[in-house]
Amino acid sequence: MGFKNYILVCGGTGCESSKSDLIYKTLIEEARNQGVADQVQVIKTGCFGFCEQGPIVKILPEDSFYVRVKPEDAKDLIAEHVIKGREVTRLLYNKTPKKPLEEVEDIQFYQKQLRVVLRNCGEIDPENIYDYIARDGYVALEKALFEMSEDDIIEEVKISGLRGRGGAGFPTWMKWNFTKQTEGDVKYVVCNADEGDPGAYMDRSTLEGDPHSVLEAMTICGKAIGAHQGYIYIRAEYPLAIHRLEIAMKQARELGLLGKNILGSGFDYDIEIRLGAGAFVCGEETALLQSIEGHRGMPQPRPPFPAVKGLWGKPTVINNVETWANIPVIIAKGGAEFAKIGTQDSHGTKVFALTGKVCNSGLVEVPMGTTLREIVFDIGGGIANGRKFKAVQTGGPSGGVITEENLDTPIDFGGLQRIGSMMGSGGMIVMDDSDCIVDVAKFYLEFTLDESCGKCFPCRIGGKSLYNILDKITIGNGTEEDIEELRQISHAMQKGSLCALGQTAPNPVLSTLRYFPEEYEAHIKDKKCPAGKCKKLIRYQIDPNKCIGCTACSRKCPVGAISGELKKPHTINQAACIKCGVCRQTCKFSAISVE
Amino acid sequence: MAKLSLEELRTLRKDESERIAKRNIHGKDVHVVVAMGTCGINAGAKLTLNSIVDEIEAKGLDNVIVTQAGCQGKCEMEPIVEVYTPALGAVAYGKVDSKLAKQIVDEHIIAGKILTDHQIKLEV
Repeated sequence: MGFKNYILVCGGTGCESSKSDLIYKTLIEEARNQGVADQVQVIKTGCFGFCEQGPIVKILPEDSFYVRVKPEDAKDLIAEHVIKGREVTRLLYNKTPKKPLEEVEDIQFYQKQLRVVLRNCGEIDPENIYDYIARDGYVALEKALFEMSEDDIIEEVKISGLRGRGGAGFPTWMKWNFTKQTEGDVKYVVCNADEGDPGAYMDRSTLEGDPHSVLEAMTICGKAIGAHQGYIYIRAEYPLAIHRLEIAMKQARELGLLGKNILGSGFDYDIEIRLGAGAFVCGEETALLQSIEGHRGMPQPRPPFPAVKGLWGKPTVINNVETWANIPVIIAKGGAEFAKIGTQDSHGTKVFALTGKVCNSGLVEVPMGTTLREIVFDIGGGIANGRKFKAVQTGGPSGGVITEENLDTPIDFGGLQRIGSMMGSGGMIVMDDSDCIVDVAKFYLEFTLDESCGKCFPCRIGGKSLYNILDKITIGNGTEEDIEELRQISHAMQKGSLCALGQTAPNPVLSTLRYFPEEYEAHIKDKKCPAGKCKKLIRYQIDPNKCIGCTACSRKCPVGAISGELKKPHTINQAACIKCGVCRQTCKFSAISVE
Repeated sequence: MAKLSLEELRTLRKDESERIAKRNIHGKDVHVVVAMGTCGINAGAKLTLNSIVDEIEAKGLDNVIVTQAGCQGKCEMEPIVEVYTPALGAVAYGKVDSKLAKQIVDEHIIAGKILTDHQIKLEV
């Protein structure tokens, strides 16, 4: 018979950084020490998604959802839950024992979510190919190799309506079809795992939690377009994902699911990993291919598109991790089944990395057409610390902000474009009223400025000019002409840049100008920062009526700018103040305000 | 590990999905809870538990979860077993020995009939 209990420990990077690996080892050790090693199986899985509450440990069959677990809790989990059959309530997410047959999905974070891409994350051991096979792994490959022609495969992807999840949303089947139709003896399949948007970790989590889904998909594509070699381009700062991919590839080769004569079908296909050094522009497909070839990662003019002239000049299909992870489901269950999910314009689901000032940050997968309000307020649990919602930034440095008025827009490729943002790869950063919108635009510009390869001047010089103007505005030297200049430079960059990095770099500026013109004006005309963020534009002041002269602030002030007698109201020397805000945090009487 | 043929992969998948199904709780609509407090264990709840699990396996039921709980507060009636099914709701049985345990699986879970002679009421 099987084990009495199964303990699933999250092995995603987020939970591993909070010692989940040690929890895993301690659980195994405790099970042995307490004599129940033969009754429990401890399994390290991929990301559960609820990163805010990590490290997460789930115990089956009770389906107990334990959160913020520490290595020293392992002893109790074994002694209480496994041996005595009592849930350890203090570690439960709901803090109350579950009723029989209540499921984890009852947790609000998981309601409204639909896991297609992340179907195996948190369910299987990603380092064990048998776990993947058990959950219908490689069924799609079987079908593709033995029951479907090349055209059947492409047709199925076409019916599914799958569009690229890397950002642009190009129909996947068309890429495959172009590559198939291009004449050539050698063709390649490439997986773009160069995830680089600030705050985004969807692709990393997919690879960490379910590496075989990507390997299987790339092999299927190989058959469809007539390629025998695939490459996964992944950034070197994803060591866990790389490690698990390597294990997955080794196991797949040993079972004959990669390599020569796969499953006796006569089809040869193998995959290699190429590590990127972490340049943002290498996520752009032509720059990525340059980098695989060993050149400097610089975008090339398109056309020719990679489908015609890609890696080493050969026809190449290049898709992003999340796109790949959808393929086995489409082939195994049929494109029509997949097309039932989502909206008319965008089928399937989308994975988002929900971060920023939200209560439940984490990895979220929802059907296309879900509204932003549902993601931020229902799944995300609203704004942290009781503050007010201001905006959501989607699409990373290429995207834009979405405000309160558009929160009910259904999220799909078209919907986001209409409101001036874009789907992007899935980073979603929530901002509250303490975030300055000019500062946010400056942050993204600083990022793209740093990541620009410098090849074409609209991006190289335009980006720097935009940054300089924004910087000028945040220190109180902005003029009214600056707004117009920001717009002009932005439009020039959009039209003149060679690749998407430069073309989209001004998006954060244009979108914040569109939705928060009054905040720019406050900086320029009134020389004030409404969010209290821009140091040059704010003053800290002590309210003499509230200050009791406890001296706490003056003792904490790093530059000695606060003076006053004991038990008498203190004052801040504005000339010396560096606006660090320590005094305000220190004051127990809310006597210090910022304006 | 040796390279697989198509047939071998299919057999492997069947075996592996049976293995992994044991830790899958989705689609399981019957829940059996065996009280395993000190009182329960002393009264033989471990034998009861084993008997239930063995019978479920023998009859090939794949929709049943068996879990343990602590003392139910009616120690004189231990071992206590509670059964939750969609049709019959929650039903508790007292003094469940291995034989009765087998009967619960066969008559309550499979045939959908409450064994009224052994039913007890648990105060909540």
